[in-house]
Amino acid sequence: MATVTAAIWPALDYSRVPYRLYHDAEIYTREQERIFRGPVWSYLGLDSEIPEPGDFRATWVGETPVIFNRDKSGSVKAFVNRCAHRGALVRRELSGNADEHICIYHQWCYGLDGSLTAIPFRRGIRGKGGLDPTFEMRRHGLRPLRVGNINGALFGTLSEDAEPLEDFLGPPILAQLRRLLDRPVRVLGYNRQRIRGNWKLYAENTRDNYHASLLHEFLVTFGLDRSTQTGGVKMDARHRHNITWAEADSDTDEFAHQAYAGAGVRNDFLSLKAPSLVAFRPERDDKLNLVVTSVFPSAVFVQISNSLAVRQIRPRGVDEVEVFQTMLGYEDDPPEMTLHRLRQTNLVGPAGLVSMEDGEAIEIVHRASRPDPERTTVIELGGGGVISDRDYRVTDVPLRGFWSYYAELLGIEPEGAVR
Amino acid sequence: MRPDRGAVCDMLAEYGALIDMAKFDEWLDLFAEECRYQIIPRENFDRGLPAGLVFCDSRAMLEDRIRALREANKYNIHTDRHVVGLPRVFEDGLALEAPFAVFQTNQEGETRLFATGLYRDRLEILGQRLKIRDKLVLLDTFAVPSLLATPL
Repeated sequence: MATVTAAIWPALDYSRVPYRLYHDAEIYTREQERIFRGPVWSYLGLDSEIPEPGDFRATWVGETPVIFNRDKSGSVKAFVNRCAHRGALVRRELSGNADEHICIYHQWCYGLDGSLTAIPFRRGIRGKGGLDPTFEMRRHGLRPLRVGNINGALFGTLSEDAEPLEDFLGPPILAQLRRLLDRPVRVLGYNRQRIRGNWKLYAENTRDNYHASLLHEFLVTFGLDRSTQTGGVKMDARHRHNITWAEADSDTDEFAHQAYAGAGVRNDFLSLKAPSLVAFRPERDDKLNLVVTSVFPSAVFVQISNSLAVRQIRPRGVDEVEVFQTMLGYEDDPPEMTLHRLRQTNLVGPAGLVSMEDGEAIEIVHRASRPDPERTTVIELGGGGVISDRDYRVTDVPLRGFWSYYAELLGIEPEGAVR
Repeated sequence: MRPDRGAVCDMLAEYGALIDMAKFDEWLDLFAEECRYQIIPRENFDRGLPAGLVFCDSRAMLEDRIRALREANKYNIHTDRHVVGLPRVFEDGLALEAPFAVFQTNQEGETRLFATGLYRDRLEILGQRLKIRDKLVLLDTFAVPSLLATPL
């Protein structure tokens, strides 16, 4: 572990990221330990996905398999989905309802609080075999996670050292989650995408305001979102999380034409035959029609027009990431609004008209950067130096915030580095 | 009038071939004026959840999809190969279910299985031709490899 040190950073403001960080298996192992099993809160799922006692869902914290369920008293419990006996996955189904969780291998049985409740042939047969009478069942439960709940969004941590969830998120992120989840939600469905690239390329992508209207040409061409709109980036005090935001109808076509033409970027605006795909219906007394809230390390809460979703970044080894997305509506949506949201699900996900390109962008970075671990990316949009909120959109400053906290957790923060 | 099985098979063969040749206007022409096209992950379908990867509940939306594919979207450079299995034809001969596999080949000749699943189509007869009124692409491979741009 000594081979990766603070000396890896060529710049104290994290404006240069060595390609090695996306490809090194040793670094990946350390991330699992120091980040995903470290003092962070990871998104698990939604309260509304397990409404009844006994309802459970499988999820992941990094590469660690996790189950969350509702116990008989109605409270949510989460634990590592791995039998204390031989390390097998206890619950193999992804969701369901059960009174207990039984490992198929030797039928060790766990309660909804994760405690070990029964072991077959514990006393052997006719007094022979079985476990020693001194074996303490209470010491062999499923490893618990602490669980936190922000308006129905469930987070968990495996670390005793994690600060309280509200403190970890910080006021701006909390406010955004409470805004998005201001009413009970209903799951409209899931989608999954396997991208052949390192998980951090995805985490960076969601904080990268600069790429949006350049890579995702649909945004500008069909008038959904342009960098000329009022918008910016807002972070927590530690700069580990980020909110990318924009306001609807806050620029003019003429100004946008000029700005994009001046930048040498395509600026012909086309119209759709079915414009409801990009029609924004305000749902609260703000003008925000784009809010992408990235929570370190692996959650992204997304509002694009009236499509609502939570994305969970699931690392799958150093060279692959799964993006697991839960599409949402509100419980009190009338049928017509549900239909509108279903139409706008076309915008996001692996086939999304404003998101499919991310899969390709991440793969071409991962492929091209592999052979040169000492070379670096350049992160200077919005300037180098201090990491701070911006009220403009041509910026990738939040990426430097991500790396700053990443370096701290991995124990490779250089002396004098910006935070 | 019940269409003969041969006509249904011809339509399915045409469907896959037109996508593989990137003849999307002709592909669109296989759909009725009032039509629906959805790609739904099996994970959602089995749980009764409505959200899809692609949800076009009008021909206009489907046309917009193709226009976006041509005008705006960027995706992995590849060719598709549809392998459509023998259909089960139901009822009046206008409802069918057919398994499919789509292989993608990149510029360097590497092929991977991109998607497999089931087509569930509802057809109608317009003049001498069969048209697709409702197509549900029930996607088994719902952990989508890389991204999904060209239709299935």
